[in-house]
Amino acid sequence: MISRLSAISFNTFREAVRDRVLYNLILFALLLVASAPLFGEISIGLEKIILVNVGLSAISLFGIIIAIFIGIGLVAKEIEKKTLYTILSRPVRRWEFIAGKYIGLVMTLVVNAAFMAVGFYLALLMVSRGLGKDDAALLVGIYFIILEFLVVTSITLLFSSFSTPIFSAIFAFALFVIGTFADDLRNFAWAATGLTRWFSTAVVYLVPNFASLNVISQVAHGQPVSGRLILFNTIYALLYSAAAIAGAVLIFERRNLK
Amino acid sequence: MWALEINGLAKSYPVGFLRKTLKPALQPLHLTVEEGETFGFLGPNGAGKTTTLKLLMGIIFPTAGTAQILGRHFHDPEVKKQIGFLPEQPYFYDYLSATELLDYYAQLSGVPADERRKRIPALLERVGLADAGKKQLRKFSKGMLQRVGIAQAIVHDPKLVFLDEPMSGLDPIGRREIRELIQGLKDEGKTVFFSTHILSDAEALCDRVAVIHKGELRGIGVVEALKSATADQVEVIWHGAGALPAVSSLLKESRVTGDMVRAIVSTGSADLLLEKLRQQHAQLISFTPLHGALEDYFLAHTSDREEVKA
Ligand SMILES: Nc1ncnc2c1ncn2[C@@H]1O[C@H](COP(=O)(O)OP(=O)(O)OP(=O)(O)O)[C@@H](O)[C@H]1O
Ligand SMILES: [Mg+2]
Repeated sequence: MISRLSAISFNTFREAVRDRVLYNLILFALLLVASAPLFGEISIGLEKIILVNVGLSAISLFGIIIAIFIGIGLVAKEIEKKTLYTILSRPVRRWEFIAGKYIGLVMTLVVNAAFMAVGFYLALLMVSRGLGKDDAALLVGIYFIILEFLVVTSITLLFSSFSTPIFSAIFAFALFVIGTFADDLRNFAWAATGLTRWFSTAVVYLVPNFASLNVISQVAHGQPVSGRLILFNTIYALLYSAAAIAGAVLIFERRNLK
Repeated sequence: MWALEINGLAKSYPVGFLRKTLKPALQPLHLTVEEGETFGFLGPNGAGKTTTLKLLMGIIFPTAGTAQILGRHFHDPEVKKQIGFLPEQPYFYDYLSATELLDYYAQLSGVPADERRKRIPALLERVGLADAGKKQLRKFSKGMLQRVGIAQAIVHDPKLVFLDEPMSGLDPIGRREIRELIQGLKDEGKTVFFSTHILSDAEALCDRVAVIHKGELRGIGVVEALKSATADQVEVIWHGAGALPAVSSLLKESRVTGDMVRAIVSTGSADLLLEKLRQQHAQLISFTPLHGALEDYFLAHTSDREEVKA
C-alpha cells in the first residue's frame, strides 16, 4: 500500500514539475515578492510590514491558484485520457489512487512554497539587513499557508470527483473566498434568528475557516501567534481535509468510469 | 481451474435526458477460458467488447452477474497482480519516458526495485524499443505506443493478459510485430484474451473464439471447427461452356467468361460434377476446395436476427 501510494504521489509531483505552466506561475510570484521592496521605498519605515504582507499573501494566493488549477484536473484528466484504465487493472484500490494524487499535489505545493519562501527571506534580508528573532514567527505564517493548501486541495478534489473541471474550479474558489470571511459569517449567524440562523450556522460549520488560518497581518506587525492556535489550526486542517477526501473517495468508489 | 469464468456479466447504460431508459450494452454473458488458451473475442464496432473488458478490469460496475479470474472474484486485488491489460487506443503519461512509465506501472503491480531494474531493459528489447527507453512518450509513433502498451501489460509477468484491439490502427508491419508478440506470450504458456474485429488475426492466433454482436454472444468454439462449418464447397474451373446445361443443376454458382466456366459446388456433388464434365469432354483447369474462413462464420453470426427472419 505504502509503495503504491508513494508511486502515485511521486508521479503526480513529477507531472507538475514537468509542466511549464507551473514555472510561469512561480516566476510571476517570485517577481512579485522581489518587487515588494520597491513598494517599501514609497513608505519609509513601513517597508518590512508591507514586504511581509505582500510576500506571504503572494505565497498563499499563488499556492491556492496552483492547487485549484492542478487539483481540478488531478482525477478528471486521468479519466478523460483513460490512463486510469491501466492503473485500476493493477492492484491499486480506488482510495489509494485518490489519496496518492492528493499527497502528490500537496508535495508539489509545499516544495513550491519552500522556493517562494526562500525568495521571500532573501527580499527580507535586503530590506532589513539581517534577520531578527521575531522573523522566525514568519515561519508560523508560512506553516499556516501550507495548512491552507491541505484544505483547498482536498476541497478541489472533492468537487472534481462529481463535477466538471470548470465548475470544480469555480466552487473551490468561491468556497475559499467565503472561508476567508468566516469570521463575518459567524457574527452574522449569531445575530440572525429562525431559519436564517439555522442555515447560516450550518454554513459556518461546513465552510472551511480560512480566516483563522490567515495570520499574515498579525505576523507582519510582529505579534506572536499562540501555541493554542497553532495546535487548533493543525487539527482543524487535518480533520477538514480528511473529511473532504473521504467524501471524494466515497463518490469515486462507486463511479463508472468513461 | 479456469483462467476466466464469466457468469452472466451484464451492463446497461441509462440513455435519454429527461426520461431515462436503460439501454443494454452487454446482455448477460457466460464464457469460460482455459488456462494457457489464446482466446479471441470477436465483434463489429459497438458489439460490447470494450464494455466486457472494462467490467472485468473493475473500471465500470456490472448491472448483473459476476466473474472469476484465476479462481478468485474478479475484483480481488490478488487477482490484479496476475493480470495485464492493454486498453484500446491507449494513451500514456506523455511526460514520462518509456523506462519511467514501465517503472511506475511495475511499482504499482508490486515488482521489487532490483527486479524492475533488470526486467525493464529486457522488456524494452523484447518489444523492439531498446533504443527508445529514454525518449519521452510524446515523441512516440502510434506503433511504438502500442508496443509500450504491450510492455506495460506484461511488465509484472502476469499469467493472464487482456488486450483490447491490440492491432487496430497499425500498418501491416506493425500488426505482424504485435502478432508475433502475442504468439510469444502464447508460447510462454500465458493465457491471452484479446478482442478484435480483424478476423485474420484471430484466425492466425486463437485456439478458440467467441463472436458477439449487439451485446449478445452469437457463437463460441474452436477456430478449426467454426471454419469447417463453412468449409464444404469446392471451386471448379473448366474450358467448354457447352457442358454447362448438363451440369447446371449441380452448381451453386457459376460464371462464364468466353469459353471458360468458374463454378462452385458443394463437396458432396463434386465427384458427380467431374464425372459429367468428363462425359461432356470439357477440359478441367482447376479444382480447389474452399476453406471456409472465419469471416463467413463471423458474417453469418453478426447479421441481425430481424433480417434473418425477413
Ligand atoms: N458510457 C456509455 N454510455 C452509454 N452507452 C455506452 C457507454 N459506453 C458504451 N456504450 C454503448 O455500449 C455499446 C458497446 O460499446 P463497446 O465500446 O463495448 O463496443 P466495442 O465492441 O468495444 O466496439 P469497438 O469495436 O467500436 O471498440 C455501444 O452501443 C455503446 O454505444
Ligand atoms: Mg472497443
